[in-house]
Amino acid sequence: MSPLAPLYGLVLAGGRSKRMHTDKAALAYAGATQLERAMALLVAHVQRAFVSVRADQNEDPLRARFARIVDRDAGLGPMAGIIAAQHEHPDAAWLVLACDLPFLDDRTVAALVAARDPQHVAVAYRSTHDGLPEPLCAIYEPSSRPALRSFIATGRNCPRKFLIQSGIELLTLPDPRALDNVNTASEYAAAAGSLGEAREVSIELHVQYFAILREQAGRSEERLTTRARTARELFGELQTRHRFTLPEDRLRVAINSEFGEWTAPLKNGDAVVFIPPVAGG
Amino acid sequence: MFRFTTTDIDPATLREALAHRSCGGFCSFEGWVRDHNEGQVVTRLEYEAFELLAVKEGERIVAEALQKFGVERALCVHHLGSLGIGASAVWVGVAAAHRDEAFRACRYIIDEVKHRVPIWKKEHYASGDSGWVNCERCGADALPAAGHAHHDH
Repeated sequence: MSPLAPLYGLVLAGGRSKRMHTDKAALAYAGATQLERAMALLVAHVQRAFVSVRADQNEDPLRARFARIVDRDAGLGPMAGIIAAQHEHPDAAWLVLACDLPFLDDRTVAALVAARDPQHVAVAYRSTHDGLPEPLCAIYEPSSRPALRSFIATGRNCPRKFLIQSGIELLTLPDPRALDNVNTASEYAAAAGSLGEAREVSIELHVQYFAILREQAGRSEERLTTRARTARELFGELQTRHRFTLPEDRLRVAINSEFGEWTAPLKNGDAVVFIPPVAGG
Repeated sequence: MFRFTTTDIDPATLREALAHRSCGGFCSFEGWVRDHNEGQVVTRLEYEAFELLAVKEGERIVAEALQKFGVERALCVHHLGSLGIGASAVWVGVAAAHRDEAFRACRYIIDEVKHRVPIWKKEHYASGDSGWVNCERCGADALPAAGHAHHDH
């Protein structure tokens, strides 16, 4: 059996954070930025760790504290970072992490590293949400480089599609929410709440769903345990879990069968309903 | 008074309940299920409500109308469940001493009910498709732009 290639790490911090409207790498959770947290997770498992940046981010103070690899091909999205890293160190395997995974923990990274197999071009987790590969918490072996290059040569740049067609086996996440990502301000508020200054004791709530939210959640009610302090934090949590399409600003919230405020504190036993745009008459 | 029904709305019975010797004017509004909306052929509607809060909010609207326009009696009945084309989805009736306040209170109630009461309407189209009114299009805009998102609508 051939020995494993040296493992290097890469945090993809070159995204535009369009829906967040602020740099995702700089978002703080429990006192550390997302970039610092991701780098700290990496260094425990890799020989060298880098931040993937766009050329115009190379001097950014947050990123300049770490070794960087600059994207070579604009317009390839996250694939640009992977390609640039492989170009710079073609003999390394790359543990690639997105910069919007606040729940990612050491256990998840360690299990990925332990599952490496030089027979396969990559090792990745299966998404909790759709069963497809999670390409941005994955290890790309050196053998993936020619395959990735020919994939891109055909005009494609979705790393997820690359992994699908590579036919690799997928791992099951030790914690189903470990790769839930954060794209909007309300998702961030919920994630920061549950990781940082969240309440210390969780509370039990009863949540009812109606209309489009009922269909998207696949249920009309649930009892859940949460550390969310407000309806806004709770919605952020559920929006991620149930893939709700309506943004918070299109909804109202009802607490104990009366219209309530997004910022009102939730109490144990509260009944919460998120109200989609109404259409009576 | 505001209430929901799952059986056919019968305007004659509802109107009778409002009649009173002190009232000289009666005005009603009925909302019917129409066969088209925004360029699509509609085959039926489905109404759903968060009844606990909807009844409270509906009652508040009716009480506001009584107070604001000085009318004597008002009633709003809204249908829940599936309705075919031509069916009556909502009925509002107001009885007052004079016609002007009856017209204005009736208009107020239906407008406020549409905007404030947690009732939702799903349209079923001739194409076989369906959609929650006021929810689907804005929802589509908010969907992740990622190339690997899969949508079946």
